[in-house]
Amino acid sequence: MAAHRCGLSLVFILIFSNLAHPSCCDTLEKSNGNTGEKQSISDAPREVNIDGSVAREDLNERQWQSTDVEVDRSDGTKDSESFTPAAAKDQFQEELVIRPLHSGDIYASFQFRTLWDIDFLQEGQKVSHYRLFPKSLGQVLSKFSVRELHISFTQGFWRTMQWGQPFIPSPPGAELWVWFHDTVSDVDGNWKELTNVLSGIFCASLNFIDLTNTVQPSASFKPLGLGNVTDHRFLRYATLPREIVCTENLTPWKKLLPCGSKAGLAVLMKSEKLFHSSFHSQAVHIRPVCQDEKCTSKAWELRQTLNVVFDLYTSGQSKKEWSLFKMFSRTLTEACPLATSSKIFVDITDNPEGELFDLSPATPLLSQAVVLGDRRTYSVYDLTKVETFGQLRSLNLLLRWKGDSGDMLRPLLHAERYVAGFGLQTGEIHTVIYNNHPYRAFPVLLMDSVPWYLQLYIHTLTVTSKSRDNKPSYIHYQPAKDRHRPHLLEMLIQLPPHSMTEVTVQFERALLKWTEYTPDPNHGFYVGSCVVSALVPSMVAMNTNFTLDQPLFSSFVPVKEESSYFVRVYTEPLLVNLPTPDFSMPYNVICLTCTVVAVGYGSFYNLLTRTFQVDEPSLPLAKRLANLIRRIRGVPLLT
Amino acid sequence: MAALQLEKQRGRYAALAIAAVVIVVGIPLWWKTTETYRAWLPFSEISELDTLQLQLSVDIEVVFSRGTLTPEQQKKVPLSHVSEKEHKIDAKTGLRYKYETRYRTATVMEEDALNQQTAAEADLSLHMLSESSCGSVVVYVIPESSTLLPEDVKVYVGQRRTALLRSPPFKSSWSLKEVLSSLDVKVEQVVSTMSFNHEDIVAALSDRVRMTKVTKESMADSMRAIKSSPGYEITFSLLNPDPKSHSLHWDIEGAVKSYIQPLLNKLAPIANFSVDSQILYYAVLGVNPRFDNSVSAYTLNADSLSHVINPVEARLGSNAASSNPVLNFLLYVPDAHHSPLFIRDHSKREVPSNAFHSPRWGGIMVYNVNEMYGPEAEHPVDIHINMAKVMGVFLAQLRLMLGVQHTHPPPGFVLQSPGSAGLADWELDRLLWSRSVENIATASTTITSLAQLLDQIGNIVINDNIAQQVSSAVTSLQSAVAELEAGNLAFALQYSREAILASERAFFDPSLLHLLYFPDDQKFAIYIPLFLPMCVPIVLSLLKIVSEAKKRRADKQAKND
Repeated sequence: MAAHRCGLSLVFILIFSNLAHPSCCDTLEKSNGNTGEKQSISDAPREVNIDGSVAREDLNERQWQSTDVEVDRSDGTKDSESFTPAAAKDQFQEELVIRPLHSGDIYASFQFRTLWDIDFLQEGQKVSHYRLFPKSLGQVLSKFSVRELHISFTQGFWRTMQWGQPFIPSPPGAELWVWFHDTVSDVDGNWKELTNVLSGIFCASLNFIDLTNTVQPSASFKPLGLGNVTDHRFLRYATLPREIVCTENLTPWKKLLPCGSKAGLAVLMKSEKLFHSSFHSQAVHIRPVCQDEKCTSKAWELRQTLNVVFDLYTSGQSKKEWSLFKMFSRTLTEACPLATSSKIFVDITDNPEGELFDLSPATPLLSQAVVLGDRRTYSVYDLTKVETFGQLRSLNLLLRWKGDSGDMLRPLLHAERYVAGFGLQTGEIHTVIYNNHPYRAFPVLLMDSVPWYLQLYIHTLTVTSKSRDNKPSYIHYQPAKDRHRPHLLEMLIQLPPHSMTEVTVQFERALLKWTEYTPDPNHGFYVGSCVVSALVPSMVAMNTNFTLDQPLFSSFVPVKEESSYFVRVYTEPLLVNLPTPDFSMPYNVICLTCTVVAVGYGSFYNLLTRTFQVDEPSLPLAKRLANLIRRIRGVPLLT
Repeated sequence: MAALQLEKQRGRYAALAIAAVVIVVGIPLWWKTTETYRAWLPFSEISELDTLQLQLSVDIEVVFSRGTLTPEQQKKVPLSHVSEKEHKIDAKTGLRYKYETRYRTATVMEEDALNQQTAAEADLSLHMLSESSCGSVVVYVIPESSTLLPEDVKVYVGQRRTALLRSPPFKSSWSLKEVLSSLDVKVEQVVSTMSFNHEDIVAALSDRVRMTKVTKESMADSMRAIKSSPGYEITFSLLNPDPKSHSLHWDIEGAVKSYIQPLLNKLAPIANFSVDSQILYYAVLGVNPRFDNSVSAYTLNADSLSHVINPVEARLGSNAASSNPVLNFLLYVPDAHHSPLFIRDHSKREVPSNAFHSPRWGGIMVYNVNEMYGPEAEHPVDIHINMAKVMGVFLAQLRLMLGVQHTHPPPGFVLQSPGSAGLADWELDRLLWSRSVENIATASTTITSLAQLLDQIGNIVINDNIAQQVSSAVTSLQSAVAELEAGNLAFALQYSREAILASERAFFDPSLLHLLYFPDDQKFAIYIPLFLPMCVPIVLSLLKIVSEAKKRRADKQAKND
């Protein structure tokens, strides 16, 4: 009841004086991690209580003093001589792949990899001395016993049908999936704390990840690094489709690079250009990998990727040409001095004889790589070589199109999703998966995580391919619990060749409590992307050999067999309207009920306390009128 | 007419009955159902803590070695003596120091120990004989003619809790009392060096007491030391603004193990420390150093130091895995075009250590490598950093930050340098004294202001866990004060740490903010549509009844008259 009383007053305040407490909204909106929470709490009481503890933290003013030390140089020389440099245990690589897309857009994909020959999870040994690996992430890994961490922030939607497959796919919004080490006993507690810490590191609202949007997929998200863990109790997966990615997320991401944005490829990352694009996705992937080909010991890999699609065709006055300067408003002058390799790859597969476009400056270095089931040819620019930069000491790649490019091969796997139905009570989710392979059928794993406020009717689940029922060979369904966990649906579906498979399921929209609505409830509620993972039959033999000098873009997903390659496709997130009440209603209800009660009570009270007495019946109206006339005329009155 | 009277009477009774029901049932029901949950807090005990009377007790042992006392004087020892000093800090805070001095003669073993060649050896062997308890002080009085100490040294303070005191010339005719009183001054000096002194304790109380007449220096001292906290993160960062021209190697792991870790092990009772390090590339200072032709070097003036650190600080990062305060130690290697770089202090002299520090933040050392380039060096040059030199500076800065103050011994005193441990036992004791007092002061301030806040704002929900934290903080505080009084320094510190932890946890508990605070006037605005129509008829009929009763009484009186 206490809550009720204050709740009512909250409504009142919202309606009549919504500016009375503007600070309370701030506190609710973003409390970044533990420290943020602590901060926001500490503000309020301290203002109230000036004489108490305010004095404790007023040390903004710094005093600098020189340090007086008696430096003893006696044993110094000895020490420096006996010191032998340890073998470089960590290395850094950077890479930029530019692929002209058939739609006229340019796809630029940055990858930065830091490899460190160390084991964070070794018993009894604390990792505390960092060189190239960022300290903040290292501390997180060891504190929360993280085996593998994948986090991505994406603005915009990757259009598979126009752009083909990306090197590393990611859903719109924020996505986080983490494999914990199997020694962790309280996985949920670790997960909660980890999301809070990460939201502090990346300046994102990851602290909104809680049990209501976390799932434990049983098959779709296998570890990408070393170690064959299958117990999905240690896996947590969550997406925030609503998350908006902007500069404040890019800056901390750039800070994790050893060279920052001061040297190397990262100088190209100017946020006003990167965010003026059709698609922007930045990600951090941490996983244990093999140290060498023989795989005798573990190393930790931090892979930072940034993928951008520029729409230069419409912004460039319909001229199909681009250059580094046009895209990033910078040119390259040097590689990051800490990087062991620093390369730019430009995809020239469609242009073997130079009939489609001109690339300048020309480079003699060519490289071939099999990536995503296709053999591609790349021009390679090695930034560690001085001659790459030419006489101007700066590299500005320029590509000028000569003619129209041909049609793109349709991607073999594609998926899309939409909500059908009308009204605010029920609806139907349609997921459509396309297999564009002309003659091969292959299985796909579909994973769908639906918030609890869409109550799925799982008996209405139908899977149809070529207008025939398609029975999934594996279904893992975990029903939602209201306000506790979302629905999780995983299915293994065989896709017939050259077909369209449709998965439908009906749902009912739940009524939320009034505090559970977002600040803009009429915008709708997001439902995260559906994830389709598959081993797609490859047209060319995939490279299964693990080598350290492979280009980064082709070495992210381990290839197990030659005949197929791994693809993950994310569908669009859904925006679903829920029945939304009129939020000023509670106060109206209060007023109405109070009036009703008051009226009822008033008549009841009157009835009880009024004094009744016999009254002389008064004359009827007709007689009174008659008497009035009679009085005027002077005639005796009627009685 | 009688029927009318009866009817009126009935109406009156009905109105009274309704008013009674509203008052007896309605109002308590409303009150009960809209109450906020407020667990019981020990307000009376908290208000007792508001006035803090601290008593610090030190055990002092004065041991006379052979040849300092005449046989007659010796007969009267052992004896003991208690002296107390009282200081009033402000209206609510008082301090009392209690010195319990016991006098005895040296045992045979101690005599043997005192017959060593040097004072340091004597100190060590005395330490082997008996382990003195935390916070106590043992003073050995040695004969004036002893060769243990150099000629002009009056007092030698060892690495542990013992001091050697060269006895002033006694006349053999003096009674023991006169001998002791002549010793007293010296012993007091020793105690104020090795144990707490008044200035430190007052500085430690700065949380409670608004200081007005504190000297600037002691203020700087207390500001420099980082605030008491259950743990500290020590971060060493190597700043390399120019990785193109030099690649730096530092053996931070070994250096921490051999230089920093012994000190931290010693300080383990005070707090948990964790040490880490990182290398930051392209981290530049915020100020462009000026080239000085006279020394052909770049110089940084003390005034510009405050601007130096801001751009670097953004890249240092906080510790992601804990919320303890961070102490930063930066080693800055200037880039090839700006070296050598020297720091000048306010009087324009070069600082020999080339390092500076900021209170409660950490320190920076500039490490010039320009002479290591060699004539035809190939870039980047591999440079190995001399960690002994660096760590000497950082260790000194760390001691300052942790509040191990520089003691200014009176003339004639010799302090043994702390050796490999980095900290002498008595230095640790001094730190423990001021930390205990500081913790008690901070925790009591936190708890009283929390109680005051909860008392002022009646709408805050006080959950059971907060009440529990508050009571545990209060009991720990009381135990800490009691232990200080009893002279058990180690326990006092432990209890005061518990108190500060519990009080902070209660103060920062998020549940205190669950229901925000709503002013009463707004709350009543909600109730008015219900209360007004209900209360007006009741109040009016009550008024009417009262006025009728008055009128009737007046009538009756008139009739009587």
